[in-house]
Amino acid sequence: MDLSAINPVLLIASLMVAATPILIAAIGELVVEKSGVLNLGVEGMMIVGAIAGFATAVETGSPLLGFFAAAFAGAALSVLFGFLTQVAQANQVASGLALTLFGLGLSALMGQSYVGVKPPQMSDIHIPVLSDLPVIGPILFGHDIILYFGLALTAAVWALLKFSRAGLVLRAVGENHDAAHALGYKVVRIRLMAILFGGACAGIGGAYISLIRVPQWTEGMTAGVGWIALALVVFASWKPWRALLGAYLFGGVTVVQLNLQAAGVAIPVEYLAMSPYVITIVVLVILSADKSSAPAALGRNFHASR
Amino acid sequence: MTQPLLSLQGLTKAYPGVVANDAVSFDIGAGEVHALLGENGAGKSTLVKMIYGLVKPDSGRMVLRGQAYAPSEPRQARADGIAMVFQHFSLFDALNVSENIALGMENPPPMRDLAERIRAVSETYGLPLDPFRTVGDLSAGERQRVEIIRCLLQDPKLLIMDEPTSVLTPQEVDILFQTLQKLRAEGTSILYISHKLEEIRTLCDHATILRLGRNVGECIPAETSARDMAEMMVGTALQTPARADRDLGPVALEISDLSVPAPSAFGTALKAVNLSVRKGEILGIGGVAGNGQDELLSVLSGETPTAAAAVQMHGEAIGHLGPVARRHLGLLAAPEERLGHAAAPDMSLTENAMLTAAARKGLVQKGFLKWGLATEFAEKVIASFDVRTPGPQNAARSLSGGNLQKFVIGREVLQQPDVLVVNQPTWGVDAAAAAAIRQSLLDLAAAGAAIVCISQDLDELMEIADRFAALNEGRLTAPRPTAGLSVDEIGLMMGGAHGMEVAHV
Repeated sequence: MDLSAINPVLLIASLMVAATPILIAAIGELVVEKSGVLNLGVEGMMIVGAIAGFATAVETGSPLLGFFAAAFAGAALSVLFGFLTQVAQANQVASGLALTLFGLGLSALMGQSYVGVKPPQMSDIHIPVLSDLPVIGPILFGHDIILYFGLALTAAVWALLKFSRAGLVLRAVGENHDAAHALGYKVVRIRLMAILFGGACAGIGGAYISLIRVPQWTEGMTAGVGWIALALVVFASWKPWRALLGAYLFGGVTVVQLNLQAAGVAIPVEYLAMSPYVITIVVLVILSADKSSAPAALGRNFHASR
Repeated sequence: MTQPLLSLQGLTKAYPGVVANDAVSFDIGAGEVHALLGENGAGKSTLVKMIYGLVKPDSGRMVLRGQAYAPSEPRQARADGIAMVFQHFSLFDALNVSENIALGMENPPPMRDLAERIRAVSETYGLPLDPFRTVGDLSAGERQRVEIIRCLLQDPKLLIMDEPTSVLTPQEVDILFQTLQKLRAEGTSILYISHKLEEIRTLCDHATILRLGRNVGECIPAETSARDMAEMMVGTALQTPARADRDLGPVALEISDLSVPAPSAFGTALKAVNLSVRKGEILGIGGVAGNGQDELLSVLSGETPTAAAAVQMHGEAIGHLGPVARRHLGLLAAPEERLGHAAAPDMSLTENAMLTAAARKGLVQKGFLKWGLATEFAEKVIASFDVRTPGPQNAARSLSGGNLQKFVIGREVLQQPDVLVVNQPTWGVDAAAAAAIRQSLLDLAAAGAAIVCISQDLDELMEIADRFAALNEGRLTAPRPTAGLSVDEIGLMMGGAHGMEVAHV
């Protein structure tokens, strides 16, 4: 066992990479849940985003185009969920689960010819001087552009929810859809837009795994990250900055356990591999005692009856 | 009066199976307080929703200040100077006062300016309110102020108020009326919906009465007796429940010094509650909604278990028993929320009868359900309480609120309980059916049952209860005999004006 082999700077830098897909997907789902909709299909939308982004990047040679395709694919899948729950009034939990199963199957089919292919690399940004600083350089100024996009997205969603009228209306719809309807807001339309946004975010999060974090395609490669993102929204009490904190916590545990495995710590590998999930559960149990900040209409279907 | 502010001409709106409004016409003058009277289901709400643009009329037209007026959505109605204070469900608990108000405005100013304007308007009209408090923490009276200020900020020409006083204490009603009179003096018209006739007689200049969707008459409330107006609403002579003299027996149910923490963030904790009710007695419990009524009911019904000795029936400790065990002992309960609490919405009336009557009517034998007996029992309830439904096989959801209420109460009454606890027994029920339900409770008490009746309808409690107590923030006042109790005393028992005394202008 040699713990000195673990480089703290690289550890933090890779922690941020590990956290980004969870963060982006969680921010998207946070917006969806703030509008009062519970979409359990995050995992499905992520993996479809992963393969759509991967395939597009391989075919066009542009990772950035891959991310656009991923966002589009995730949003397209969420349209299905939106139609089922908002128009056909189907149960949200069942529709979300179906979406995940559908997404896993669809992605396996789409990805058959891409197993073992290497995607084009997305280059990290390089700012002269800043990126070359010791310690701070690799941590703050040496990542790919999508990672910064994730941070910017967090800040933007936070500001939008807190300060803008659109954010207020979104929260109002999630809080009491009958009242919002009585005041003349278009509940179904607002929710559909939130669902689309959540789908696009999940797609980007999935593509981040297949294009940057792992750079390859294997079936079922999201491995429960979508579920972690869902749990993270609750963990974060529907607050964007807390979602960032939670994503880094989970990313941190994932990276640390990988490093510990590499350093040959005398703990069975299985325990280390399960640790991120166990810690997520423990934190969730502790934090979910306080449900007061949950949107009051979460998971309830709206029908404009007389 | 020259030109009316708003003129309704032959408005008709039909829903599948029911005509909600049938060629309704009337005028609202400028600076007039116009009452819209009618029972539940008479079409008042539909009519108002048409004026506010939430519902489109099938035929007929509206004329506003001489111009044709056909709002396609509330936004347009607001732009034309029409504002509405809803009876319920238009506030957002988790948001603060300013945010709630901003949501109801077209072009809200930045939050800081809005807070200033809220303060200014609330002082002008004597409705003190802190713009940054969370609405979920406000009392019913304060919540209503939020809605009124939301309307006033838009400088309305016509203010629609849908049963504004149903959640207020008598003192809070006085303050509201002062505000409304001030508005009228400034030339704002008010369309006031209520079925509290005395209020209408003191406040309104003119009244239109709806029955089954038709305009059946108009009157000047100040010159018409409440009884005449009630008979216009119902269409027949009104029967007042007859109250027989009863002999009170020994104490049947007793709660001593019971405290229960609040079940949820927006619930109410019960604090040191004492009550006792004797056989043959009806104890009325009043109070503004959300002061512990639901919590008290669940303690009595057994949904919230407590220390065994805190609740006693016939001297036996039953606080630890669940609802089924209490039903076996003869303690039955009918909660307020009809769909989802008192009845399972998607189950048939037979199944719903089975759910609560299984224990006392022997509908379960050796673990098997006796559906034949359950159907018979459901049919008996339907027949004796005049529940309008094709039959017991219909789902509870398919009944109108009033009919389901009759079924829910009848189901408990016909099980001949020793102790019956009811919450809001006539909520949303029309006057004739309400009288029938009250009569059945009186008859049950006359037969020797002890009854705890929780209600927000003070007239109802005065009519049937022997003693009256009020819940205020989870505390129960000492009960007093209803005979000779004045409205002022009741108001004080209910907690006065919840700190609204400063509001006098």
